[in-house]
Amino acid sequence: MAVAQGAPPRGALLSIKIPRGRGAGLGLYVVRRILWLVPVLFFVITITFVLMHLAPGSPWDKEGKQLSAAVVRNLNAKYGLSDPVLVQYGRYLVNVVHFDFGLSYQYEDQPVSSLILRSWPPTATIGLLAFLMIVIFGIGIGVIAALRQNTWVDYLVVGFSTIGASTPAFVVGIILIIIFSVTLYRVTGGNFSLPTGGFAFDQHLIMPVVTLSVLPIAFIARLTRASTLEVLRQDYVRTAWAKGLRERLVVTKHVLKNSLIPVVSALGPTFAVLITGSVIVESVFAIPGIGRAFVVAVSSRDYPMILATTILFSVIVALANLVVDLLYTVIDPRVRLG
Amino acid sequence: MAAPLLRVEDLRTQFFTSRGIVHAVDGISFNVNRGETVGIVGESGSGKTMTAFSILRLVPDPGRIVSGRILFKDQDVVQMNDDDVREFRGNDVAMIFQDPMTSLNPVTKVGTQIDEAMTAHERFSKKEAQARIIPLLQQVRIPEAARRAQDYPHQFSGGMRQRAMIAMGLSNEPELLIADEPTTALDVTVQAQIIQLLKQLNRDVGAAIILITHNMALVASLCQRIIVMYAGRIVEEGPVEQIFDSPQHPYTWSLLRSVPRVDVARAERLVSIKGLPPDLVRLPPGCKFHPRCRFKIEKCEREEPPLEEVAPNQVARCWVMMRNVAQEQREETKAGEVSREAATELKQAGSG
Ligand SMILES: Nc1ncnc2c1ncn2[C@@H]1O[C@H](COP(=O)(O)OP(=O)(O)OP(=O)(O)O)[C@@H](O)[C@H]1O
Ligand SMILES: [Mg+2]
Repeated sequence: MAVAQGAPPRGALLSIKIPRGRGAGLGLYVVRRILWLVPVLFFVITITFVLMHLAPGSPWDKEGKQLSAAVVRNLNAKYGLSDPVLVQYGRYLVNVVHFDFGLSYQYEDQPVSSLILRSWPPTATIGLLAFLMIVIFGIGIGVIAALRQNTWVDYLVVGFSTIGASTPAFVVGIILIIIFSVTLYRVTGGNFSLPTGGFAFDQHLIMPVVTLSVLPIAFIARLTRASTLEVLRQDYVRTAWAKGLRERLVVTKHVLKNSLIPVVSALGPTFAVLITGSVIVESVFAIPGIGRAFVVAVSSRDYPMILATTILFSVIVALANLVVDLLYTVIDPRVRLG
Repeated sequence: MAAPLLRVEDLRTQFFTSRGIVHAVDGISFNVNRGETVGIVGESGSGKTMTAFSILRLVPDPGRIVSGRILFKDQDVVQMNDDDVREFRGNDVAMIFQDPMTSLNPVTKVGTQIDEAMTAHERFSKKEAQARIIPLLQQVRIPEAARRAQDYPHQFSGGMRQRAMIAMGLSNEPELLIADEPTTALDVTVQAQIIQLLKQLNRDVGAAIILITHNMALVASLCQRIIVMYAGRIVEEGPVEQIFDSPQHPYTWSLLRSVPRVDVARAERLVSIKGLPPDLVRLPPGCKFHPRCRFKIEKCEREEPPLEEVAPNQVARCWVMMRNVAQEQREETKAGEVSREAATELKQAGSG
């Protein structure tokens, strides 16, 4: 999957300094970052296009059924697949500029855009809930571990984050299913268990959200702990104590305000992790979201669908990174975008 | 005479490391009177900063105050509970740290950091604190104080940051201000200005000051009394003039001759003390300075000398004492002269 990191090389973009009129400078910066999306997307589309057409197989290879040569010829003609690849590529680019993402091959003539709109809610719901969990628990347990360094709380967090950061999502998903669906079902005599698949705004959300967030929580907790320990050693924290500030103020105003700066910058890339994760989680828990739509599209060579989902993923990651960079200027006065 | 403001009695602060116990402060006692200016001098690692951190109960891990008393107006800081220590810090005693570049929070406005020092205590209301920020910055001569209060530390120069630290330290009108090397890393002109500022504050506000430094010239230009530390101990103490005229401990004598000079052309006069300070985990027997002392006698290697009165208000910890060393052995320059000249140069740099 060719999901591009939206952030272009820093030097190239941050070179122009705008000394005053921060608001205007910032607006200009945002516009420029969004314009940067154009070459990024062009690159993403090109790579995806090449890979798609290099891969063996065609959209009309169906298991069991063998379509006749005439039918295949008709279908190819209908979707423009008999033209040279370069012509197809050019046509696709022109259509994309007009926000026309084409018709799906697998779901007879449905526009790709409406398919994506339909499978959007589960992915967004699970993704945002997971993101919330990552922010709350990742940062929370990281800070607590640092403040209680070398106590059992700290050891527990370090242990969890070491294991969590090295356990792939599908393993977590399967373990959860074994515990909360299979075993719990047996233990409670069939009265209670978590559903193994499907999507609804109820307990169906629990296991997918946990599965999706364990690894990033572990990663963010580790990062938060390390950066908080680093800040606790700084001279300005001692200054804060020397003023006679209460512990709560020392921690919130002096320690966290500094130690969360690197954590915030890691939250942008976390979005990329969530998107990759959604592909796995939606497959494990049979959730009708975009991640699963992407997997199905790849396996059935639904070219327009593959391209559209890839573009969407790229835009999300790029925008997430943009938001993080903007947030950065708010929390760190030394950083200037322009 | 009234009771001293601060009485440190047999203070010991140690670090418990994998190498063993580091005797950072090893049984020191001294007083500071109200409104008095005292200089603590000594080479790097002699325990000056840890003495100051002990007074504020800020000794970092793995260090601990293991014994002794620190009486501030007859209250023992060592025995205070956490709430009392919090009230004491920044309110009764304020500290200016060694490194102005790293001692301010980089992501908080300078004015806010000063405000916070006041709102941490009850002396001023929120409104009063707010109103005091700009006058405080003006008092430490920060130009355009109103605008500068809105700046972040990275927009300040080193000298301005140190001034901001001083403004912060003074904000609660403490009775004692501890300034730990307030001028290192600053150029000479700024050094002189900072010292000038501290002097003025001592005069106008009446705050007692402990100035910690390696630099005898700084002590001469600000302090009334001097405490010389070596290997976590006091080796000599007395009025500045007297010590400059007749230092009795060979270490004091060497320190006076090794003042860094303002004038580079005369830099060759800088004589650093030969040898290294002792390992604070495995201290030598006898006088801790004897391995580096050129006037030592046999007894120095066996037995540690006590602090002995050598003149009114002056004590030294030595078996020999400089007054008993032949004039020719002390060489032609009177040690105090070097430092006194340096002090004059510093003053000129400040007014120029
Ligand atoms: N965190 C620590 N762990 C172990 N030993 C320490 C620690 N901090 C300080 N020390 C020891 O305490 C001794 C006294 O240190 P201190 O900082 O008081 O010296 P100083 O006189 O202020 O020196 P300087 O002029 O360099 O600031 C040092 O020799 C050092 O070995
Ligand atoms: Mg020091």
